[in-house]
Amino acid sequence: MQFEYKVEGGDFTMAGVASSQVKKTLKQLGVDSSVIKRVVVALYEAEVNIVAHAYRGVIYVDIEGDGIKLKLVDEGPGIPDVPLAMTKGFSTASPSVREMGFGAGMGLPNISENADFFSIETQVGQGTTLQIEINFT
Amino acid sequence: MERRTTYNRALEISKDVCIGCSHCIKVCPTEALRVFGGKAGIHADWCIDCGECYRVCPTRAIGVIDDDFKQIFNYKNRVLLVPSVFFAQFEDSIPRKVIYDIIGELGFTEVCAVEQSVDTLISEINDYIHDAEKPVISSFCPAVIRLIQVRFPSLVDNIMKLLPPIEITAQYYKKRYEREGVPESEYGIFYLTPCIGKIAAVKSPVGGYTSPINGVINMDFFFNKVYLAYKQNTPITKSIKINGAISSKGVLYPTTGGESRHIKGKSLAIDGMKNVIDFLEKLENEEIKDVDFLEIRACDESCAGGILSYRNRFLTTRSLRDYASQMPDTHHLIHDYKYYCSAIVHMDKIEPRSMVKYDRDITIAIEKMESARRLKRLLPGIDCGACGAPSCEALAEDVVRGQAQVNACIFLRTVLEKMGEISLEEAIEIMENIWGSERFKNDK
Repeated sequence: MQFEYKVEGGDFTMAGVASSQVKKTLKQLGVDSSVIKRVVVALYEAEVNIVAHAYRGVIYVDIEGDGIKLKLVDEGPGIPDVPLAMTKGFSTASPSVREMGFGAGMGLPNISENADFFSIETQVGQGTTLQIEINFT
Repeated sequence: MERRTTYNRALEISKDVCIGCSHCIKVCPTEALRVFGGKAGIHADWCIDCGECYRVCPTRAIGVIDDDFKQIFNYKNRVLLVPSVFFAQFEDSIPRKVIYDIIGELGFTEVCAVEQSVDTLISEINDYIHDAEKPVISSFCPAVIRLIQVRFPSLVDNIMKLLPPIEITAQYYKKRYEREGVPESEYGIFYLTPCIGKIAAVKSPVGGYTSPINGVINMDFFFNKVYLAYKQNTPITKSIKINGAISSKGVLYPTTGGESRHIKGKSLAIDGMKNVIDFLEKLENEEIKDVDFLEIRACDESCAGGILSYRNRFLTTRSLRDYASQMPDTHHLIHDYKYYCSAIVHMDKIEPRSMVKYDRDITIAIEKMESARRLKRLLPGIDCGACGAPSCEALAEDVVRGQAQVNACIFLRTVLEKMGEISLEEAIEIMENIWGSERFKNDK
């Protein structure tokens, strides 16, 4: 079962809509709540990353009987140094973003910790694609 | 559709009184209600006993399954645990002594304030939150606990594993009678409840606990009895023992903020079903950080806005504040409570109650959900409720579950009629099946 959500850069009031929708779907499917929690944490972080850093993006969600696959494709500045961005506590978020409670760092490591499979492809000046997979059992 | 389940339910719909107005189906936070055959029915597994439907029912067709009042006379000692909101139902000019006397005249031998236990509970909570998973969600409101079990199962571990004040006070009485050597058959502990959720909570408590409360009395029913006796100047012939010990904290505990303001750390107080659901959604998404304690109550203005309250919630809250300002910070039974409390205050983990929407097998559930999504795209999306379900989404789910026909939708049916797929007679019959044939008679 597939879903698609568009995300606009800079629109924090809408950040979290995709994760809320996915959460609702997984609950209705009766997926274990600890698994849902991991999906939501990972997806929410990734969704907010697009809002905070990219110009726009699309979230592709594919739910099968054994798990969920998430693909987040954004058009944005890309990540110049992926290992650095994967370091806990590292953040490039602007002060105004931090004032809103976002951008405390830990985004990517937190996503990776909650995922069974995680990959990141990025091209500076073009954008970033994240792939996250979480198994149901 | 209406059937008994393992979850004790405190609400029932009288088919004789229900006019099938559908007001209730729109307010249910778990979409547990449908109209069929001109009457509302409850999906029992999904009901959380919040009473939102009871509040909007214009004909009082939704009733409360409470205990027969006469059963109090099965016991020699009859204690009534009275919440502070009960006294605030009356005009402030009626002295409390008069109300106590009437309660005695109606048959109780002793009366006690429910919130007598909160001073001790507050210090237990402050100890508890020290090591607990944050944020700690208060266990005070039974409708919120049930809402979390059904709609937010991932948050059940955040619910505080400490008993609510009513159970601690009831345990205190049980212990006191035991100490005095009164046999169990000779005392009955009764609770006067301002809400429906607490009836279900006493009958089937969560967290591996059995309540010592022998019966629950509906506050709406009891208020009428007391107020009538007051208006008619019923002579007082019996005496009643009054255990009125309560602190200002106790008086205000059932009001919004009455709990959270005493908890160390960062706390929040949230009231009203819509606010509660919005907040729990965000909490579940982990969008909310940096909160230690959450006081969450299903009713607007907390228990002052309880389903079984008679008086306007804002006037009730004001009365409680006025009364609290005259009360001391503490009371003389606190040491007694401390002595008993630590042994009984803890409860076990609360289990989630899964709301199986489609199927227990995820692969089958996905197929069914896909069908429901396709179906939803055909529906008008205006959530008119003319099909008897609260929303287009709910109808689509019902159809996939085999509990409704897609032509229940008035929009789709009009299209089918236009295409000549169904006749006018069939269309009318479908409408009569949902809303009852009586409704379509002009001279009703």
